[in-house]
Amino acid sequence: MKHRYLPMTEQDKQEMLDRVGVATIDELFADIPEKVRFQGNYNIKPAKSEAALMKELLQLAGKNKDTASNVSFLGAGVYNHYKPVIVDHVISRSEFYTAYTPYQPEISQGELQAIFEFQTMIAELTGMDIANSSMYDGGTALAEAGMLAAGHTRRKKLLVSGAVHPEYKDVVTMYAYGQSIDVVTIPTKDGVTDVEALKGLIDEQTAGVIVQYPNFFGQIENLQPLADITHEAKGLFIVSANPLALGVLTPPGKLGADITVGDAQPFGISEAFGGPHCGYFAVTTKLMRKVPGRLVGETVDQDGRRGYVLTLQAREQHIRRDKATSNICSNQALLALASSVAMTALGKQGMQEMAKQNIVKTRYAKNAFEAAGFEVVYKGAHFNEIVVNTKHNVTQLNKALIEKGIIGGFDLGRVYPELENHALIAVTEIRTKEEIDALVAEMGAYNE
Amino acid sequence: MNNENQTLIFEITKPGRIGYNLEPLDVPNFDLEELIPSNLVRQEAAELPEVSELDIMRHYTALSRRNHGVDSGFYPLGSCTMKYNPKINETVARFSGFANIHPLQDESTVQGAMELLYDLQTSLQEITGMDEVTLQPAAGAHGEWTALMMIRAFHEANGEGHRNKVIVPDSAHGTNPASATVAGFETITIKSGEDGLVDLEDLRRVVGPDTAALMLTNPNTLGLFEENIIEMANIVHGVGGKVYYDGANLNAVMSKARPGDMGFDCVHLNLHKTFTGPHGGGGPGSGPVGVKADLIPFLPKPVLVKKEDGTYHFDYNRPQSIGRVKPYYGNFGINVRAYTYIRTMGPDGLKAVTEYAVLNANYMMRRLEEHYDLPYNRHCKHEFVLSGRRQKKLGVRTLDIAKRLLDFGYHPPTVYFPLNVEEGIMIEPTETESKETLDAFCDAMIQIAQETIDNSALVQEAPHTTVVNRLDETRAARTPVLRYKKQEQVTVS
Repeated sequence: MKHRYLPMTEQDKQEMLDRVGVATIDELFADIPEKVRFQGNYNIKPAKSEAALMKELLQLAGKNKDTASNVSFLGAGVYNHYKPVIVDHVISRSEFYTAYTPYQPEISQGELQAIFEFQTMIAELTGMDIANSSMYDGGTALAEAGMLAAGHTRRKKLLVSGAVHPEYKDVVTMYAYGQSIDVVTIPTKDGVTDVEALKGLIDEQTAGVIVQYPNFFGQIENLQPLADITHEAKGLFIVSANPLALGVLTPPGKLGADITVGDAQPFGISEAFGGPHCGYFAVTTKLMRKVPGRLVGETVDQDGRRGYVLTLQAREQHIRRDKATSNICSNQALLALASSVAMTALGKQGMQEMAKQNIVKTRYAKNAFEAAGFEVVYKGAHFNEIVVNTKHNVTQLNKALIEKGIIGGFDLGRVYPELENHALIAVTEIRTKEEIDALVAEMGAYNE
Repeated sequence: MNNENQTLIFEITKPGRIGYNLEPLDVPNFDLEELIPSNLVRQEAAELPEVSELDIMRHYTALSRRNHGVDSGFYPLGSCTMKYNPKINETVARFSGFANIHPLQDESTVQGAMELLYDLQTSLQEITGMDEVTLQPAAGAHGEWTALMMIRAFHEANGEGHRNKVIVPDSAHGTNPASATVAGFETITIKSGEDGLVDLEDLRRVVGPDTAALMLTNPNTLGLFEENIIEMANIVHGVGGKVYYDGANLNAVMSKARPGDMGFDCVHLNLHKTFTGPHGGGGPGSGPVGVKADLIPFLPKPVLVKKEDGTYHFDYNRPQSIGRVKPYYGNFGINVRAYTYIRTMGPDGLKAVTEYAVLNANYMMRRLEEHYDLPYNRHCKHEFVLSGRRQKKLGVRTLDIAKRLLDFGYHPPTVYFPLNVEEGIMIEPTETESKETLDAFCDAMIQIAQETIDNSALVQEAPHTTVVNRLDETRAARTPVLRYKKQEQVTVS
């Protein structure tokens, strides 16, 4: 058959068969036992031409309500942010996206240096000593942080705040099950981790304490007391942080975090129905040799020129096999590049300005909801999310909102029975005053 | 021109310069101290770059020129299936209706995305011969772990939680034993025989009542089809274990043999290999897992189902599920690319893919066998492994040969893997390369073989043409510098 991805001509094929010394390609498959040889063709849809497939898939995409043509107040771990246009142009350079892991540093300096810069930016934002080259996403990064803590302390219990993203917590629980580690939930009080409850739960079996900053309800946890309690018990303090919030919040590294993880999705990465996003993993120097995944380090070549290589590989699966600190191999390098470009574009000033706009616009929304008679529960400091008592079933409410071109907040009742009729409303820098006012008005006008 | 140190973005930063453009604030402003407790207000700004948009574009363009991808040239990296990454995939994945949808939107607003995923699941079931597929794992290793956790749950549900051994051949990918450990198993390594295939006697010796699973790649990492697969599956099933298929090498057998027909109980695929998701400089991947009927109850949550009314739904009501392996539903963007590819190729196309992948590998193997040792001399599948031991006797290591290939503009093959071949050189051409490209690469390999005889220093000191030459990896590991640190500015007046 002829296909634009398959360059061999009939003549090529014949010359090659001759060289191999077989008459047909089928002979090359003679070692597959007859009994298991697949006969015929796959029962899948027939091939489509490029133009016809583009048309079909554009129509399929058109069945979805997207956050570009609707106004989204949905966050809960994935956010609709300003994405500098330049990001897509950089990651579309195919020298980047058609390369693999930089195993041959001499012809991979571009990727290696880009990752080195990513590691630097994440370390800067989180206030940690070092960061790795990326993880699959914030959830698996958090799970790996828990596993690192258990391995490092040789203890078998993780305490996870009830204000951690519920899906992240589920992933931590699954990884923990594989390693026979217990996961215990720390109750929340007023939407933040209950310090007194933590004191009661922590013991000499506690490998680590996991909190989120800002937490799942948008509240900004006061990290230092939690870190102090954890360290008194000789556990590791693990923070899952929204890296954009760190543009204005004291970084976890200055508040006692031993490991800071999270997802760089707010930086130039599309929501993309939940992935691919970009987990990050940052630690103190003492944990450097226990970090999962790839690390890029600076060195010199034989002529003294600066260059970059994958380093400290003795931690990794291709060297250590069953003794590796993690099984991760492929990571999210292209998304790390995307977020590097976005962090670079925002830069020192833009990072602060964008983070601040999130807080200020969310405060505006909070005031607007309260002025309209809604209760905004949890009274602590927030970042870009608030919990609003909508007085109605949120899923039904959202079905009405989408008719008005609004994607409503996350239905907290789906996860927390006590928060039935409560929506988690996210307000990022791209939401305008008019859009916020419209949301409040539509929610006020809603009647089941 | 490229011989100077490449500038870091932090080294061209200039205070006051910006590369962003935010809408001015349109709501009443506050001081941060009014909104956040003072101890949580950041005091020192993160030292991020301060550069213009053109600075950024020039910086990354310069970096891209110091990087080799499939679009730059041949990339026969064994076991990684570095085939062409179709551009339509990139365009489709960026359609707003795919790129700009939130994973927690109401299901009624994302039916198009769910339809695509469901159709992809169904196609992958047919391709692998499995009964159900989950698209959630983010990459191959993540898929391995997901499947092993399901096997563990299966045994536990049958009151056989004591099954704690996972068997892997010595030629296995490093992720196999690592995934087994993360899933709480102990690994037993079995030997390959003289013929490069799993030694059945060794397998019989290690299986027993504690066997949880055998993990196998077929064709194996030597590029050889495990002919005794039916017997191997019978041995493992006979003691109550499960047989796991590492799908990294699926490109070798599409339309020729399906894991589900070979006796495998579960399989992971690497959509970024066989199904053209670009490798992205190391990721993202996508590692779907397919399972036979008896493992279906243990699939990770949620399970994407099609309801009787034709709509799609995420089913969380799965009491025996292992739980959640990843937030949301997997690397959707990569799944969109793989789906686009499958629809571009169709059944005839996928069959031709495998046929040419295998023909290309065999052709190269025959062109090179006189010049390098070929430890396993039989038809290969999509890849083959040479040994550089002949050259090593002349003082030239496989690493040197790999570095010399850089001077010819090629990404070298995978080297020193699999571990059971001395000085291994693992070549996987893929089906998207032309005969001219294969020939030119073989010519280069043959020339290098001659150079090892005539002028070994030329090979030993390679590369000669790259932007940096061999890097000091010992120094990188002994005194790790993993981030840039701003130097104190020395003022010169």
